Amino acid sequence: MAIWLTKDSKVIVQGMTGSEGSKHTRRMLAAGTNVVGGVNPRKAGTTVDFDGTELPVFASVADAMKDTGADVTVIFVPPQFTKGAVIEAIDAEIPLAVVITEGVPVHDTAAFWAYNVARGERTRVIGPNCPGIASPGASNAGIIPADITGTGRIGLVSKSGTLTYQMMYELRDIGFSTCVGIGGDPIIGTTHIDALAAFEADPDTDAIVMIGEIGGDAEERAAEFIKANVTKPVVGYIAGFTAPPGKTMGHAGAIISGSAGTADAKKAALEAVGVKVGKTPTETAKLMREIMSAG
Amino acid sequence: MDLYEYQGRDLFERHGLPVLAGGVATTPEEARAIAERLGGRVVVKAQVKVGGRGKAGGVKLAEGAEETVARATDILGMDIKGHTVHKVMITVTADVAEEYYFSYLLDRANRTFLCIASVAGGMDIEQVAAETPEKVVKAPIDAVKGVDEAKAREIVTAANFPAEVADQVVEIAVGLWQAFVAEDATLVEVNPLAKTKDGKLLLLDAKISLDENAGFRHPDHEALVDQATVDPLEQAAKEKDLNYVKLDGEVGIIGNGAGLVMSTLDVVAYAGERHGNVKPANFLDIGGGASAAVMANGLEIVLSDPSVKSVFVNVFGGITACDEVANGIIQALALLEQRGEQVTKPLVVRLDGNNAEAGRAILDGANNPLVQRVDTMDGAAERAAELAAAGV
Repeated sequence: MAIWLTKDSKVIVQGMTGSEGSKHTRRMLAAGTNVVGGVNPRKAGTTVDFDGTELPVFASVADAMKDTGADVTVIFVPPQFTKGAVIEAIDAEIPLAVVITEGVPVHDTAAFWAYNVARGERTRVIGPNCPGIASPGASNAGIIPADITGTGRIGLVSKSGTLTYQMMYELRDIGFSTCVGIGGDPIIGTTHIDALAAFEADPDTDAIVMIGEIGGDAEERAAEFIKANVTKPVVGYIAGFTAPPGKTMGHAGAIISGSAGTADAKKAALEAVGVKVGKTPTETAKLMREIMSAG
Repeated sequence: MDLYEYQGRDLFERHGLPVLAGGVATTPEEARAIAERLGGRVVVKAQVKVGGRGKAGGVKLAEGAEETVARATDILGMDIKGHTVHKVMITVTADVAEEYYFSYLLDRANRTFLCIASVAGGMDIEQVAAETPEKVVKAPIDAVKGVDEAKAREIVTAANFPAEVADQVVEIAVGLWQAFVAEDATLVEVNPLAKTKDGKLLLLDAKISLDENAGFRHPDHEALVDQATVDPLEQAAKEKDLNYVKLDGEVGIIGNGAGLVMSTLDVVAYAGERHGNVKPANFLDIGGGASAAVMANGLEIVLSDPSVKSVFVNVFGGITACDEVANGIIQALALLEQRGEQVTKPLVVRLDGNNAEAGRAILDGANNPLVQRVDTMDGAAERAAELAAAGV
């Protein structure tokens, strides 16, 4: 088993006919993901061939769900159209929407999130600006490389894509239940806390790696949550100890504002609740390895 | 992107919010023209993106054009906490009776926006919140519903604004929200929101941040970037669509993915503690699937920084295959040579992940004396720091 994405998940792609969308649809299929179709109102009724797999294109998320039973959508549309695409997914009440698109205006994200909340959060939104979610050996929704690691019993939640891959690689011999990239934007749908809660409840996850970075206070709030709710061991890593205040470091959300959002504050908050925090990705992997080998 | 006060004043004025008449000058002569247009008593304010300019002597009153020119001459070129003053804003003056505070900002924790309002304005709102928290109202704003008159009145009542200004604050609260949304701002802060002696409200200061991700619907925002203060290397990188931030150290950094690059900076800084205290010279994320041309552009920017003594290329091949990255590095060095650049600084390269073995073999085969291969991130950081320390 895994969290949120399993071998039974049926995945559609919004933006499947675009260049990024088609590239990654092909990769998801190669990884064994059950991709069942795509959405593009202008090409509805046609099919797209992915190395022998013919995927139908639907006019809307609702149509695709009705026809295929899809329960996951991966969104690759450009930033100008992302808000509309996510709202369409929310309207269709698809259980999981993974928003890969980078560069979405924060007012748009705030708007689709408020819309989702107003409708009772029937859709779990991951992202935007995230690599997606992968349950190794079962399914892969997004752009996380499928061949880094096999299935195992570590859960991973991370704000960063490449650090996710790095950590999966370092611990590939142990393996992961699910890896969730939640994205580096200031407002995101699924948070560290959501993933921690799901991993805590997942019988097939024994321990959790949590990767954070400068900006905001998500890691501090995650620390409070861990203290009250998480019994499984958690190992943490924070990127950006040496980042200067006031400068955006690649991710729109990675910025130290005044004295808020520093890596030191996040590390201290996590350590205060018993989370071991590695100084480097490699050291973090080592901490997790010790936990897993102690059983 | 953070705006200058004068840009904020202009923005408020465009959105029909009450501000003082004024203009911005880069020379004393421009200041004269503005003073003549405004007439009478004016205030001359240094335009810097840092607090405490009043105490530093960057805000002065002037009577008439001659005095305005004199004050502008004093202030232009002044250094305020490391920021050189290139511009002054000149406005008419106001007789202030009371000072309030009003802002809208992004509330990351609650995934929405927040309004902060207080009748205790004119000072640092964090200080007010610490000393007299009962005077600060924080109201979450629904991003879909926004701020209409009813919501604004709710805030104004909660914050205890005096009855005689309540209607005006409501109107400003609604107008300010409309400007906040229309401009894709992540912060609009008015401190003080002043009541004049004749009972009128004015937005006397403006602190505004705009969302760069929303640039595609605001082509006019590009003109708000102050080219005089943009680091030339950051500018060159931006022109090549590279995500680059100039830092103060000696080890040039190139990596893929924002998180990995941030992490690389940290690892290099730790290694630097053992090697002459060298530090990262920059942040540079070449992104996923970087081609040889992108690698060449990145290397060119990093190598053109005179403080760089060594370069650490840290790539984890996720989607990108490491053999392509290795080819990219070799081609990039050849490309730079073709462009007439003399590359003399050592490169430490760490490749891991997708096709790492093939990538490493390509680097070894190329046998370029400048390129050193170290196969772990920590080890490579150590080597890059050591080389930078030796080259200093």
